[in-house]
Amino acid sequence: MALHALTIHELQDLLGTREVSARDLTEAFYRRIAALDDRVHAYVTLTPEQAFEQADRADHRRQMGGSSPLLGIPLAIKDVICTEGIRTTCGSKILHNFVPPYDATVIEHLTAAGVIVLGKTNMDEFAMGSSTEHSASGITHNPWDLSAIPGGSSGGSAAAVAADECAAALGSDTGGSVRQPAACCGIVGLKPTYGRVSRYGLVAFASSLDQIGPMTKDVRDAALIMNVIGGNDPRDSTSAAMPMPDFTRALTGSAKGLRLGIPREYFVGGIDSEVERAVRTAVQVLEGVGATTTEVTLPHSKYGVAAYYILAPSEASSNLARYDGVKYGYRTPQWSNLRDMYMHTRDEGFGAEVKRRIMLGTYALSAGYYEAYYQKAQQVRTLILRDFEEAFRHVDVIVAPTAPTPAFKIGEKTDDPLQMYLSDVFTVPVNLAGLPGISVPCGFNSAGLPIGLQIIGKPFDEETILRVAHAFEQHTDYHRRKPPL
Amino acid sequence: MITREDVEHVAELARLELTAAEKEQFIAQLNDILTYFEKLNELDTSDVEPTSQVIPMSNVFRDDAVQPSLDRTKVLQNAPEESHFFFKVPRIIEE
Repeated sequence: MALHALTIHELQDLLGTREVSARDLTEAFYRRIAALDDRVHAYVTLTPEQAFEQADRADHRRQMGGSSPLLGIPLAIKDVICTEGIRTTCGSKILHNFVPPYDATVIEHLTAAGVIVLGKTNMDEFAMGSSTEHSASGITHNPWDLSAIPGGSSGGSAAAVAADECAAALGSDTGGSVRQPAACCGIVGLKPTYGRVSRYGLVAFASSLDQIGPMTKDVRDAALIMNVIGGNDPRDSTSAAMPMPDFTRALTGSAKGLRLGIPREYFVGGIDSEVERAVRTAVQVLEGVGATTTEVTLPHSKYGVAAYYILAPSEASSNLARYDGVKYGYRTPQWSNLRDMYMHTRDEGFGAEVKRRIMLGTYALSAGYYEAYYQKAQQVRTLILRDFEEAFRHVDVIVAPTAPTPAFKIGEKTDDPLQMYLSDVFTVPVNLAGLPGISVPCGFNSAGLPIGLQIIGKPFDEETILRVAHAFEQHTDYHRRKPPL
Repeated sequence: MITREDVEHVAELARLELTAAEKEQFIAQLNDILTYFEKLNELDTSDVEPTSQVIPMSNVFRDDAVQPSLDRTKVLQNAPEESHFFFKVPRIIEE
């Protein structure tokens, strides 16, 4: 198989025996990008100069006897994660020229582990969207069907992994933005427990929900990246002081004795019949490798989208107040006074979906509406959290679809924001409850589009969802299939 | 129902200078979305504590130790306008 098609651990085997160098890998991925990315448009910025420096450093480290699971591995980074000296736009005109003066904590960890950053990937502006159609840098296409969306908001990272334009990538997930694009593009995407991975240097969207997560070609690769990016960080006071296990040790290949919960509410109304069939078949596969299944109930999950689309825009309207044309980013060329400068800078700098969410959030937090919307949504968040707590008294993981449908067509939902929001119905409750969730490929529909299986775990129990996902992968080959590019 | 005046008021609070077309679009779309939010009223939450974040942590302290700070030149390179190591902003006090 070609180098660009291999997983991180397969590449590491070749690097370890010196069959290839990190420079060879970097060249192979840039060749792949040059051949495909004008059609896929996964990347917004490529950084070959720095990448080849990192590759040579990695090769040097290896010659000096160094080794680590990510040494010399070329990755792509979602353009919402700050990279020192590399433009970080968040898919927005308002940050079109922003060059961070520091690295995010996850980038520091990855750099120390010896990875190569190939470039920054496209995304819905400020991570607000489910389709990667809302970016100032244009839309990203699904490698399985170029007329379909790659999912979002980490659509660039998902497409880059699926098209073999990188070995793996980082995304961020506020309401499904790692898992849903992973499902749409037929790859693995893990959203860690809230607090597991430092948010320092992740441009804030909704601070009580945001998490960075790996997007990879198989489950082992996700565990390898988690080993490097996770852990407590004094610079993020919401990062948890929890011990960091070696996540690869959870990958036993068996789900023996594990109890899977199947949420009744996730299979009623709105779910595509081919998605339902694929997920039910996946559950049978897991039963075949030793798991037992029970039905569980998450009665408040149908309120998740409404609660989420009050809370996330409210937090966003506050977080995005910082874009004022003063300290960084875009400033309108035409203004008569300070207020006028703010108003025009923000109107010209933000795209339609971001403005819509700032308007929603500002409205929900404004005098007279705070209790009816924001506080109500916070109370519903409590009910959703309690549903999961109750379910996890009886089961070890919850298994569900990642998204109600496979990838939809580009342009299909851009005029109807509410329909777009409803594509997050199975992912947002997990963020509201702060739980870890992983999406793994579990089939294809009749049009050849990938379908994702979501496995949801208890807080800080990424190990068990990785174990179940890995056991599933050992008995299926969906993750090995490649798009017809 | 959200009115044109509501949209203008919220846009002012959010410091967004919306065009007439944007206002029209937002009136329709925000009404759709707010109508959808009404389904939350099916739930009686009078005795439910609100959740603002899920980690059971309150104050997080660290030692008050001197740490390196960001490089001033690099930081100011991102400023739309700067002057003598300061961010330059429009005049806010009338002469």
